[in-house]
Amino acid sequence: MQPIVEIRKLAFAYDPARPVLRDIDLAIERGAVVGIMGQSGCGKTTLLRVIMGALRPTAGEARVLGHDTRKLDTEGLYAMRRKMGMLFQFGALFTDMSVYENVAFPLREHAELPDELLNDLVMMKLHAVGLRGAAHLAPTELSGGMARRVALARSIALDPQLILYDEPFTGLDPISFGVIVRLIRNLNDSLGATSIIVTHDVQEALGVVDDVYFMAAGRVIAQGTPAEIRSSSEPFVRQFVNGSSEGPVPFHFPAPGYDADLELNARS
Amino acid sequence: MRVADLRARLERLGSGVSSHVWRLGFASRFLAYLVVHSGTALGRFRLTIAEIYFAGVLSLIIILVSGLFVGMVLALQGYDTLQRFGASESLGVLVALSLVRELGPVVAGLLFASRAGSAITAEIGLMKATEQLSAMEMMAVDPIARVVAPRFWGGVISMPLLAALFSAMGIFGGYIVGVQLIGVDPGAFWSQMQAAVDLRNDILNGVIKSVVFGIAVTWIAVFEGYDAPPTAEGVSRATTRTVVTSSLAILALDFILTALMFTGGNHQ
Repeated sequence: MQPIVEIRKLAFAYDPARPVLRDIDLAIERGAVVGIMGQSGCGKTTLLRVIMGALRPTAGEARVLGHDTRKLDTEGLYAMRRKMGMLFQFGALFTDMSVYENVAFPLREHAELPDELLNDLVMMKLHAVGLRGAAHLAPTELSGGMARRVALARSIALDPQLILYDEPFTGLDPISFGVIVRLIRNLNDSLGATSIIVTHDVQEALGVVDDVYFMAAGRVIAQGTPAEIRSSSEPFVRQFVNGSSEGPVPFHFPAPGYDADLELNARS
Repeated sequence: MRVADLRARLERLGSGVSSHVWRLGFASRFLAYLVVHSGTALGRFRLTIAEIYFAGVLSLIIILVSGLFVGMVLALQGYDTLQRFGASESLGVLVALSLVRELGPVVAGLLFASRAGSAITAEIGLMKATEQLSAMEMMAVDPIARVVAPRFWGGVISMPLLAALFSAMGIFGGYIVGVQLIGVDPGAFWSQMQAAVDLRNDILNGVIKSVVFGIAVTWIAVFEGYDAPPTAEGVSRATTRTVVTSSLAILALDFILTALMFTGGNHQ
C-alpha cells in the first residue's frame, strides 16, 4: 500500500543561502503514529508545514494523501486539508466561540447537517476527549490541558485520515500529559487514522509512537522504532535522548574568545 | 565622502518609498481578494450582522454622546456669530449643514476609526498571533472570506448609519441649546433648516462621504490586523497605525470629496 505521506529528496529554504530542510526522505504508513523529533530550530515544524501544504518544497517531492503538494492549487489544497486534522501547540481555539461552537466549526463550514445531527456529532467528539460537560464554557475558562483536548476534538470533527500534532505536550502538567498521550493513541486507532507528532519532548513521545524520525540541522539523522532510537549510537541522538549538556550540541552559543570579551589581554 | 552620504540617503529614501508603494499594492490586492471572496460574508449574512453589532451597535454610545455635544457647541458658537449679523434664526441651517456636510461624516469617521477600527485590527492581529487564522486555514476555511470579509462589510455598512445618527443627535443638541436654552424661535429653526438643506447636494453628498470613509477605515483596519507581525508588539503597532492612518485618510479624503462635491457652482 502507498504510504500516506511520502517525501523524497525534499529541500526547503526561505533564503537560498540558508536551507532549512535538506535531503529529507520519509515514508509514513497508514495507521501509524510517527514522531518527528529534534532540537528546537532543527526544521521539524517547517517539515510539518510542508506536509500541511502551507510551504512548498524548493526541491524534491512531498506526496500527502496521494497528492503532490507542489501541484495543488488553493482548491486542491483545501480539498486535501478536509481529510486532515491539526492540533496546534496551544490549541488555537477560537476565543470568540464556546467550546461547543469550536468543535462545531468545521462541521458547520463543510457539512450542511441538520442541527440535531450536528449536536450529536459535537457531543460525540467532546465525549471522546472527556469534555462533554464543558461544552458551554468559553476557551478562556479552560486549563491548558483542557484547551488542548478541545482542540483535539475539533481537529477530529471531520474524521480525518491524517492528524498532525505540533508540540502537543508543551506546558502540560503530568495528568494532562498522560491524558493527551492516551488520547493521541486511542483516537488514532479508533478512527483508523495516521498521526504525525512533532515534538522535542523525546522521552514522553517515545512512549506513544510506532516510529521516529530524528532531525538535526534540517536533516533526518536517525530513524527507527522507539527501542532503536533509545539504543542509538548516533552522538546527537544519545545526547538528546539522555538530555545531556555534553555532546555534539554545544552548551555555548558561538562567541569570540572569552578572554577577548573580558579584555584580559588589555589588562595584563 | 559627501557624495557617498548623499547616495546613502537617497538609497534610504528610495527604499522607504518603494516599500510603502509595495505595501500599498499588497493592500490593494488584499482588498480585491476580499471583495471577490465576500460570498460567505454576504451569503451567510448573520456573520456580517454580528460584525455590524460589534462595529456599529457597540459604537453607538460614543457616537451619540459626541454628536450631542458637538451639536450643542455648534449652536453656542453659531449663535454668538449669527446674532452679530441679526441672523440668529438661521442657527438651524448652520447646525444642520455643518453636521450633514462635514462634521457628521468626519467626526463620526474619526470616532469609528478609534473605537471600531482599532478593535478590528487588534482582534484580527491577535487571532493571527494565537494561530487561530492558521487553524482555520488548516480546516480548509479561508480566513479572509470567513473572518476578514464579514468585519469589512460590517464596518462599511455601520459607518454611514453611525454618521447619520451622529448628525441627527447633533441637530438635536443644537435644538436643545439654540431653541430651549437660548430662545431662538423653533419655527424659524426648523423651517429654515428644511428649506436650506438639500437632499442631493447636502444629505446625499454627506452619505457618500461617510460610505467612502467607512470603506477606507475598515479596509485599513482589516489589512493592518491581517498584516500585523504575530507578536504583542506587532499587534500594538498595527493598532496604532490603524488609528493614525485612518484619521489622516479621512481628513485627506474629506478635502478631495469636498473639492469635488461643493465646488464648480453645482451647489445652490
